[in-house]
Amino acid sequence: MSVALLVDGGLLAMVVLVAVWTILVRDSFSAVIGYACYGLLLAFAWVRLAAIDAALTEAAIGGGLTSVLLIRAVVRLRGTEAAAYAETPGPLQRILAAALSVAVAVALGVVVLGLPDPAPSLAPRVAEHIASTGLGNAVTAVLLSFRAIDTLLEAVVLVYALVAVWALTPDRLWGGRPGPKYEVAPNGMLAYLARLLAPLGIVVAIYVFWVGADLPGGKFQAGTLLAAMWLLTIMAGLTDVPPISRRWLRIALVAGTVVFLAIGFAGVPLAGAFLAYPEGFAKPLILIIEAASMVSIAFTLGLLVVGPPERNGSP
Amino acid sequence: MNTLSLFGLCGSALIGIGLYGLIVNPQPLRKILAFNMIGSGVFLLFGMVARRGAALGMGGDPVPQALVITGIVVAFSATALAVALLLRLHEATGAATLRAPDADGPPDA
Repeated sequence: MSVALLVDGGLLAMVVLVAVWTILVRDSFSAVIGYACYGLLLAFAWVRLAAIDAALTEAAIGGGLTSVLLIRAVVRLRGTEAAAYAETPGPLQRILAAALSVAVAVALGVVVLGLPDPAPSLAPRVAEHIASTGLGNAVTAVLLSFRAIDTLLEAVVLVYALVAVWALTPDRLWGGRPGPKYEVAPNGMLAYLARLLAPLGIVVAIYVFWVGADLPGGKFQAGTLLAAMWLLTIMAGLTDVPPISRRWLRIALVAGTVVFLAIGFAGVPLAGAFLAYPEGFAKPLILIIEAASMVSIAFTLGLLVVGPPERNGSP
Repeated sequence: MNTLSLFGLCGSALIGIGLYGLIVNPQPLRKILAFNMIGSGVFLLFGMVARRGAALGMGGDPVPQALVITGIVVAFSATALAVALLLRLHEATGAATLRAPDADGPPDA
């Protein structure tokens, strides 16, 4: 028990230290790198909380994709760094902000220490009904059966976010290709890494997707991995981002939501409720939804990272 | 106090640290980063609450765990939109911060 305490205490101390450093460090590029480390450390904390699904998601999205997004942005904003830093608030404001932050953290800490015992839990109810879904992973069962409406709305949020990002396109570039064209030495290290890693990553993603029914994993984690592999091949110059006006791309982006909605509405006549699955067909239907969602998630996440179009569609 | 409370206290601390960064850091990108840190602190609190609900061979209450996964993905899409808005603002006006362009008065708007 004391070893566990030592491991957890050390891990959490590192998380807090990296967090403080990330906020206080002067250079924004360093802060972004700090945030990437922070995301990975936090993934370990999730493992220690026995939430492997959340750990995979945090490592892939919190530590991975968010960092790529922030690094791209911080490099572009480098020229504004000095002007922005000059606007740092004075000592009085900083002390007041610190006092407020400490008050909020202490109040939350008091709540944490005063949580009710025994803790309320929906685990017994999930255990009672999980057999009806044919799945072994309780988290997947919650995501795609018991709370499927949340997951459906989340898929919609992702598409809306991408529409909003695309809406920032300047008029003359509408329908063009997002992001810069990456000119990388065709036989350099990066291209070599992309050639080597991408096939492996795709295989791992499909595995993570497939075991998600019974073990930690699933469409989010797999979709994020696929998005990362796609971005790697783009940044290594092996492939280019398609113009956003391409029809196949738009179909791929909404396929997950459309399939999810279609199966959801089919539940009304067949199983008596929206998003209910007919007896005995739950698992195959969930797999179909997950497969379509994985493709949509991969494209949406990748395109969210590269941002609005910056070039005309012609190659 | 047990080990699990440490995770809750860590989550609370991260929310405080993020809040400080959100107020004090003048660079908009640092504010986005700090806001994400607040979010991850909230998720960690969720994770602790989920772990407390461990029962029947499950490592934690799967419902809050599933909500956290949904939350992480939604937080990412909001971050991507915020970064895109920021880059577009910079491209269109050359602005370095969120201060109103009229630099005479305090940025009330």
